[in-house]
Amino acid sequence: MKYLSIIILCFTSLMLKAQMIEKAKKGPFLLTNATIHTITNGVIEGDVLIEGDRIKQIGKGLSKDQASIIDCTGKHIYPGMIDGGTKLGLSEISAVSLTNDYNELGDFTPHMEALTAVNPNSVNIPVTRTNGVTTVLAKPTGGLFPGRAALIDLFGYTPESMYAGFKGQILQYPSTGKRGRWDRRKDDEIKKDAEKAMKKLNDFWSKCKTYAAIDSASTASGGNIEQYNPQLEAMTGVVRKEEKLMIRVNKKEDILSAIKFVNKHSIDAVLVGVIDGWRVADSLVKYNIPVITGPILALPSRDSDRYDAAYTNAGKLHKAGVLVAIQTNETENVRNLPFNAAFAANYGMGVDAAMEAITINAAKVFGLEDELGSIEEGKRANLYVADGDPFETKTQISHLFIGGFMVPMENRHTLLNDEFLDRFPSNN
Amino acid sequence: MKYLLISLFVSLWFNAAIGQQDVLIKNGTLLTITDGVKEETDILLSNGKIKSIGKDLAAANARVIDAEGLFVMPGIVDAHSHIAIDAVNEATNPVTAEVFVGDAIDPYDIAMYRALAGGVTISHAMHGSANAIGGQCETLKHRWGELNPKSFVMEGAPRTIKFALGENPMRVHGEGKDIAPRTRMGIEQEFRRSFEGAKRYKQAWADHQSGKTKKPPAYSLRMQTLADILDGKIIIHCHSYRADEILMLMNVLSDFGVDKICFQHVNEGFKIAPELAEFGAHASVFSDWWAYKFEVYYSTAYNAAILTKNGVITSINSDDAGLIRHLYHEAAKTQRYGSLSDNEALRLITLNPAIQLGIDDRVGSLEVNKEADVAIFKNHPLSVYATPQMTIVDGVVRFDINEDMDDMRMEINPEAMLPAFYEQSEGHEDKCMQGVNSEHHHHAHSHHQH
Repeated sequence: MKYLSIIILCFTSLMLKAQMIEKAKKGPFLLTNATIHTITNGVIEGDVLIEGDRIKQIGKGLSKDQASIIDCTGKHIYPGMIDGGTKLGLSEISAVSLTNDYNELGDFTPHMEALTAVNPNSVNIPVTRTNGVTTVLAKPTGGLFPGRAALIDLFGYTPESMYAGFKGQILQYPSTGKRGRWDRRKDDEIKKDAEKAMKKLNDFWSKCKTYAAIDSASTASGGNIEQYNPQLEAMTGVVRKEEKLMIRVNKKEDILSAIKFVNKHSIDAVLVGVIDGWRVADSLVKYNIPVITGPILALPSRDSDRYDAAYTNAGKLHKAGVLVAIQTNETENVRNLPFNAAFAANYGMGVDAAMEAITINAAKVFGLEDELGSIEEGKRANLYVADGDPFETKTQISHLFIGGFMVPMENRHTLLNDEFLDRFPSNN
Repeated sequence: MKYLLISLFVSLWFNAAIGQQDVLIKNGTLLTITDGVKEETDILLSNGKIKSIGKDLAAANARVIDAEGLFVMPGIVDAHSHIAIDAVNEATNPVTAEVFVGDAIDPYDIAMYRALAGGVTISHAMHGSANAIGGQCETLKHRWGELNPKSFVMEGAPRTIKFALGENPMRVHGEGKDIAPRTRMGIEQEFRRSFEGAKRYKQAWADHQSGKTKKPPAYSLRMQTLADILDGKIIIHCHSYRADEILMLMNVLSDFGVDKICFQHVNEGFKIAPELAEFGAHASVFSDWWAYKFEVYYSTAYNAAILTKNGVITSINSDDAGLIRHLYHEAAKTQRYGSLSDNEALRLITLNPAIQLGIDDRVGSLEVNKEADVAIFKNHPLSVYATPQMTIVDGVVRFDINEDMDDMRMEINPEAMLPAFYEQSEGHEDKCMQGVNSEHHHHAHSHHQH
């Protein structure tokens, strides 16, 4: 009986511990005897020293005073995965409209800042990062210019502390496709709507150009622009090619049209979605336009397309020579980024290229290849430790580091598992 | 429009014509589900059944498929789907037990072929979740290429009916039409009122048949269907999320002596796994969908594993034309979230959904005399690198990756426009609300699909 109570006591204290939310820990950390998948310098065996927010040193037999040592024998270190497009932090429960902060009223709202509305305490964030996704683009949607997207690290107590160094404007290019199965517009109505949207886009663009020109002239003469306009002001960086424009476009004809638009206005562009990309890969290569494609785990967009059209698109683009990153376009299930990449890998892209797509290639697309996307000395310490191939469903991730912090592996899903797996009976 | 579809997507039907040929799958790794893993083993399919399993089988005139290095598993069964039907919700009354999804089978839905390309041979075509008591469902065999809607019906499969709890019926009737149910209290009373009515209806007919009353009672298909539920002739598949509403329905069913129930979605099933197990209720869940509406905010991807470890017969379903293509991957997620064994994980998409549909004596495992529904994979189906190679229904090859066409149109005219391009919807929602207020909803939130 005594033993029984001791057992119960141990069990209870375990349960209590599991219900405590752990805090992130500060380094330095020395990760020893790992297989290090650097991405940019091959696979090496050795140690990784994390100090401050940086990967301080990579090598064999490293040592460091006061470092917490994490034995990674038999384990693998990978750079954190980067999702090229999500609503993470901007939406908590999609069906509860007042928890959605990604779609401001109006077609032209480039002055909306996604970073402003990122909720650092979204329950979705820990669920995501514990699968090794350390960094995501949080982007607004809706209308033509829904706002400025921001790249965020998935740990921090304020949006500013999560900011990962890239912002870019979004353009949702006018579509000549159906909006969904429920879209009952006739072909000529769709065409008319798209033409109308295109005219709106062109009109707005010429206003942006004029505004930027007046703004430059005003600044040159030491003054401020007289008729301040927040929408047009927000577009000056894009007009001057100082800010990237991320153009969501999916259908073949629309992609070709968007490429023309980009060339005509000399825009620093990234195309996003690009579901029909494989049909026009040559044009993307010719004009050297990078792509953030996905989701990969998606249906083909035409009934006549091969069942695996969405699985194979990324691989086809990559093989054609396009710089490819991947997005889930998800909110609560951004954690499936590794599986999206894995399907791309399996359907023609290959494992290495798919891993690059969600690490170093994404960093390149965002102009952060010196900061993120690989295990290199001096880079931001965003990385995780896994017991195998992180694409494989079975693999478990044991440690996670974001900005040099060791971030706990708990999230709502693990906590509910801890509480309910061996639940006490309710009736006795 | 319909004719256009017919001309576009009639393909592979010629396979059916040669379907009676025996099929001998040689040297595969057999994932039998009920009898372990058998390496380098043959399986012979004849007359739509599994004729034998063993080493060095031979059969004259059989089509021989070399499965060396490949994995052979029973056809995947999806216990919750809305593909291959062109009506989902009869959202006109909180109780519509009289309607029948089997009246709306669409042989030309390309989603069926795509499901086959994911190894899925059977789907449970369900009524939507607009009503507390929805319509009767149909268990379909993916005999893609057949033209008669009736040829997709799995003959002899038990009758099933859709029930629904929580937000959807509350939204459609309470909020949308200002009639009960508007709350989870109101939903309980829909069931109690319906079953009490069915009890009296049964009694009235019994009285008439025994000669106690002369005039026959008015026939009602709705009441008769409800009476059949009371008589245990129909398996209930109930859309549900929250623990409280699930406990409510089990209480109601206990009061009326009904015990055949499979809860669908059942995101909070993990909270009451012992109660579900005690009742003998089944659970058919998403691998990881959550947080798309408030009633799934307190979810865990460990749900399937917790239910399984507590002894609840559990399956993983798709409810979605996209997900149905990779149920093998969805099942594999229970190894990341809950560390289920290979066989436990595979059971979630084979034998367990078959049990939930009452067809486990016919499909769901590789056993002699079971129906010849087989999926062949390159790489283990629980590996993220698994690729379905061939899917066989009743001994007929309905998907073959080597025969798969780049363009699914029957006639391809290079001058013609490509078929309609559909922009992708963003975000998830259970697809049980199809056909309900879609226009209104999509104008309000163009990013959701219902």
